[in-house]
Amino acid sequence: MASIAQLQKQFIEYTTTLYSEGYLNDQFKQLQKLQDESDPNFLVGLVSVFLEDSEKLIKILETAFKQKTVDYEQVSLHVHRFKGGSSSIGAQRVTSVCVSFMNYCKEKNLDGCLWCLQQANHECILVRNKFEVLFRLEQQILKAGGSIPMME
Amino acid sequence: MNLGGGQVVNKQSMMPSSSCASWKSTAGGGSSGGGGGDGGVPDQFPAGLRVLVVDDDPTCLKILEKMLRNCNYEVTKCNRAEVALTHLRENKNGFDVVISDVHMPDMDGFKLLEHIGIEMDLPVIMMSADDSKSVVMKGVTHGACDYLIKPVRIEALRNIWQHVVRKRKHEWKDFEPSASADEQKPPEEPDYSSSANEGHNWKNTKRRKEEDDEAEERDDSSSLKKPRVVWSVELHQQFVAAVNQLGIDKAVPKKILELMNVPGLTRENVASHLQKYRLYLRRLSGSQHPGGMNTGFMGSPEAGYGSISSLNGLDLQALAASGQLGQLPPQSLATLQAAALGRSNNSKSPISVPVIDQRNIFSFENPKRYTEVQSQHLPNSSNSKPMNLLPGIPTNMEPKQFVSLHQSGQHSFGSMNNQVLIQMGGQNQIQSQTQSQGQGQGQVQVSTNPHHGLRQPVLSSEMLTRGGVVDLATTVYNPVVSQASSLVDFSMNHKTDSSGNSYPLGGSLGISNITSTSSTLQGDVNLDTKVSRRGIVPSYDIFNDLNQNGYRDWGLQDVGGLTFDQSPVLLQHNRPSGQEIGGQNRNLTSNKVIFSPGVETGAHRNGSNIGQPRNSYVGENPLRVKAESLNDGSSHNTLYPDHYSQDDLLTAILKQQQQQEGVGQPENEFGFDGYALDNLPV
Repeated sequence: MASIAQLQKQFIEYTTTLYSEGYLNDQFKQLQKLQDESDPNFLVGLVSVFLEDSEKLIKILETAFKQKTVDYEQVSLHVHRFKGGSSSIGAQRVTSVCVSFMNYCKEKNLDGCLWCLQQANHECILVRNKFEVLFRLEQQILKAGGSIPMME
Repeated sequence: MNLGGGQVVNKQSMMPSSSCASWKSTAGGGSSGGGGGDGGVPDQFPAGLRVLVVDDDPTCLKILEKMLRNCNYEVTKCNRAEVALTHLRENKNGFDVVISDVHMPDMDGFKLLEHIGIEMDLPVIMMSADDSKSVVMKGVTHGACDYLIKPVRIEALRNIWQHVVRKRKHEWKDFEPSASADEQKPPEEPDYSSSANEGHNWKNTKRRKEEDDEAEERDDSSSLKKPRVVWSVELHQQFVAAVNQLGIDKAVPKKILELMNVPGLTRENVASHLQKYRLYLRRLSGSQHPGGMNTGFMGSPEAGYGSISSLNGLDLQALAASGQLGQLPPQSLATLQAAALGRSNNSKSPISVPVIDQRNIFSFENPKRYTEVQSQHLPNSSNSKPMNLLPGIPTNMEPKQFVSLHQSGQHSFGSMNNQVLIQMGGQNQIQSQTQSQGQGQGQVQVSTNPHHGLRQPVLSSEMLTRGGVVDLATTVYNPVVSQASSLVDFSMNHKTDSSGNSYPLGGSLGISNITSTSSTLQGDVNLDTKVSRRGIVPSYDIFNDLNQNGYRDWGLQDVGGLTFDQSPVLLQHNRPSGQEIGGQNRNLTSNKVIFSPGVETGAHRNGSNIGQPRNSYVGENPLRVKAESLNDGSSHNTLYPDHYSQDDLLTAILKQQQQQEGVGQPENEFGFDGYALDNLPV
């Protein structure tokens, strides 16, 4: 069983890579600061909400692209929503894909859009995994009686 | 809380409702307020602010809720616009502010905004990941109080209470138009104001200005004395940068506010400032021709200026006393300037711009007045550069400029604007405006004047020494003051340069330079007077004035001579500006028209928009500031066409001087806190 210090170190290292690899950005840090004792599950709850919502959006988009005639206006709105949510939570890579996605929508570039949709889905899966690992580490630290180190 | 579908209306109470209620009642001057103590509100405020958040994105909704709760606000979430509207209707006074997303499936955010505005008249903040200008503009046109870009940060949410306060203030104003709001301001208001303004000089300035500019204020804001924003040079610079970025046609207060990103600055502040600025620009463009602008300030044609030298630094008060100021508007400016300068204007046009350069400063004032002067004096006229007295105008202070100012008197202001504007763009622009900068000095721009080194600073220094104050009021124009030389260069100086007047301000606008220059200027006569007066044209002031009074021309006017003074003057009065002035002067060197540093103090403007000239924009963004002042600028000597009568100007000038180190009041003239032309005993 790893010691608290070890767990904490692991946590820090992992978090650092998440930021350096662009999975998360400063916005997430801000959100982390919001969490306090009164609501220790805030972040976990928030991330779940985000992931759920993302899944929904992706499904809606898939359906939209399956239509005979793609309604780019609608698609745009959904992607816009997707972009807003991901940027609010700090899921940077997802947001980047959304930005490209928006551009393709404007151009009504079906291939580009489909590719972005695929990328968005992919990035969501990736970030979900990252979050899972992160939260698990946190849980381990807490269980061991330690506190989660604050990333600067 | 439910994030998911359906209507979610969660009320999370952070604070006992009473606190909100009480706040409401106090603020609303009678709003029902649910009870709760009314006394405690100020202390608690903005805690307990009741916010309704509407967004179909559950992630954002949750984040916003958390953030707002962290700010100690009472949050109610809603993911459907219709539901939100229902909720609002059912609880008429249940909320203080609404934050809504733009893109929502069931109802367009703007529609919701309209509904709320009509039915409940609550402040609404729009929010979106879309930051395109068009959307933001839509928000503005639909009446949104603010526009936040996602991802929203908690800092952005902390200040939303200002919108509530603002709205209430406006409401009060409406409710009690007759009751002088000034005194009447709901007792709580000051509390709010204080809390709101903590950290801003508003209050200070405001208080001061309020007293000073009561009259003006009344004009502006009938009953309520809103906290005045002091458009410091920096602030003005930011403003101008934002406007330029957006394009003057497309610059809308909301967007400008966003770009400026100044906490505590309200859209209204920006709007009024913009209005002034626009006027200034208009004036600038109007008076492109040489001398147009400058003349404005120069104020009284020679008559006054003869004494200008004496004015410099001397007695603004004297001027005021002499009643010259009385003439102010076209003359008043000159007078004021003169007063600032040293008040030589005793004769009717205090401003008599003996120095053609000075004219630049004053160019705002009537062109006519200046013309006289010009012909006469402007020894510098050699330069024939239009005096860019006007703040906007790059005051090369050359005599020519001065002359030109004269001619376009009115324009000067306007031109000043141009210049000012130009400055923004690139300081030298003004020069171009100034017409023939030729010498480069005159230009207020300071930067543009290559030679300005001398001139401008000289002016400023002169100005400073002279009357110290003078410029402040009049100097609005001080474009170049900083740098010492460059500032004053307003055309007026061009002579100075030669004569050595060149305002040596150089470097430290501070008064020290001025002194030296002043002496030199004196020699020039023209310069002297001009310089002193103009020296500092608080560019910034201009706007202040504008803001306060609705565009005073002062900015421009002073520019001419005052510019330099401004700096010194400004320095003095504005204490803060003082430093700024110095800094401003420095700016000058950097080829920026430095509007009187005083301007920076920001505080000043609003308060004392004395008559106008105060605003010698010393440097800093002389252009910018001037632009504002220029707006009113109408080059005719009324720097402040609207509000400041000559008396005001004089007062302001005097005040500047006094403030400064004896010169009138520091800043506030044009926005300088200290200066209040108004104070000038006219």
